[in-house]
Amino acid sequence: MNGLVDIATMVLVSMGAVLFLAGALGLLRFPDTLSRLHAVSKADNLGLGLIVMGLLPQAESVSGGLKLICVWLLAQISAATASQLLARKIHRDEGRS
Amino acid sequence: MMVLLDLALAAWLLALALHVVMERNERSAIIAFLALGLLLGLVWVRLAAPDVALTEIAIGGGGTGILLLRAEAALRGRGKHEEGATRGGKLAVAAGCAVISAGLGFAVLALASPAPTLAPAASDAIAATGLGNPVTAVLLAYRALDTLLEKVVVLLALVGIWSLAPDGIWGGAPEVAPAAVPGPLAWLARILPPFGVVIGVYMFWVGADAPGGTFQAGTVLAAMWLLVIMAGLLPPPDAASPALRLVLVGGPALFLAIAFLGFIVADGFLAYPEGFAKPLIVAIEAALTLSVAAALAMLVAGPARKAPAR
Amino acid sequence: MTAVLQPGVLFGLCGAVLVGIGLFAIVTHPALLRRIVGCNILGAGIFLVFGAVARRGAGAGLDADPVPQALVITGIVVAFSASALAVALLKRLSELSVGEGRAAEPAAPRSET
Repeated sequence: MNGLVDIATMVLVSMGAVLFLAGALGLLRFPDTLSRLHAVSKADNLGLGLIVMGLLPQAESVSGGLKLICVWLLAQISAATASQLLARKIHRDEGRS
Repeated sequence: MMVLLDLALAAWLLALALHVVMERNERSAIIAFLALGLLLGLVWVRLAAPDVALTEIAIGGGGTGILLLRAEAALRGRGKHEEGATRGGKLAVAAGCAVISAGLGFAVLALASPAPTLAPAASDAIAATGLGNPVTAVLLAYRALDTLLEKVVVLLALVGIWSLAPDGIWGGAPEVAPAAVPGPLAWLARILPPFGVVIGVYMFWVGADAPGGTFQAGTVLAAMWLLVIMAGLLPPPDAASPALRLVLVGGPALFLAIAFLGFIVADGFLAYPEGFAKPLIVAIEAALTLSVAAALAMLVAGPARKAPAR
Repeated sequence: MTAVLQPGVLFGLCGAVLVGIGLFAIVTHPALLRRIVGCNILGAGIFLVFGAVARRGAGAGLDADPVPQALVITGIVVAFSASALAVALLKRLSELSVGEGRAAEPAAPRSET
């Protein structure tokens, strides 16, 4: 039973790491700022979600698990706001030029 | 496995530090410095120092980052540039710095083994303080004088910054919010502070027994306050406002009062009476947390920009 | 050789190199703001050396000596205060050098703009 949970954790965390890698690749390879932003925000949010899901079964207590979920939610909120702010700035700058 | 992680961390750390120094664009360099702060946090975890990791990420990365980014925005295009050093001069300086690094490196390698340590002393006496986190015990019991003086240094820096305000607007409020607040920022400033305040209070409370504590909690609270001020939801306080000054001085004042009380009820200055150590420490920490939060937020906000409202 | 790879040594050496990098920026960089950043890198390096000392002082059931850790926490807060003061001075300096030649009172209330 324990082994199964460990395998699930490994698979989920690895998938999250792959998504982070994809996001980083997109950040490096995409041609313009908006698509780079798209790559980073999508891939990283999903990647972090997968890592948190993978770590949840390893949490020692219910409150530990809740903390993990809080980390994910807060990271989502701040990442979403930061992306919005950046995209808005780019949009305005492009409209001006 | 862990060795690989350590080596990768070390390589990243040095590469990023070089990038921060070499990068031409000021803003890119500062953003890289922010990333360096986060990496340092991970390094501190590997050094088995989670308390320091939290402080480094909150203050070293977050606090210094926002401070430098604001400064870069204010100075853009008119920053003072000194004459750059010549190539030969740079080489000479690089050689000198390399010698200093090498010397320090040898000192690190030559450290006595087994290293001298105060860890046994710290863990022997911890029962008397009622605390569970040895770092908090060092900060607020064994070496409380350092913490008291540090708090005074923070206040002195704030006095220094406030003194840069011109006569006409002495005691006024700093200017933090941009002219037009973007919608997402205002949204974040409404959503995040309730979470942030809970997290800050939790960090302060848990600091007695687990990683966390006054400075980390104070930084989180300061960040929440700054966010609300930056989004224009609350006006920044006047430097002359009595409430602000009371909060700022409250922490160190309570600390000093309890320290002097030690002469009467315990063995001397900064001694806690037996059995009451933990409640006294928690009271000091509570007042210090508020005062750290106010001081850090005001340090980032800078000197007064508009006349006091009166 | 493996002794060098322990975190207590490896990151201490890292700290030593960071001190050199920070010092180089402080001495040679033309932009004053970057020199403040350099000070912070130098400080981070010194803190890491402290961290290495703390890590080696593990004992009595603790993974690291708490005394250097507490010193580093104090140091980080003080370094932040110093950086804030330096940044405020730098901003004032640039205001003054922009306002040179104009009236001596450069900072009329600017909030109305």
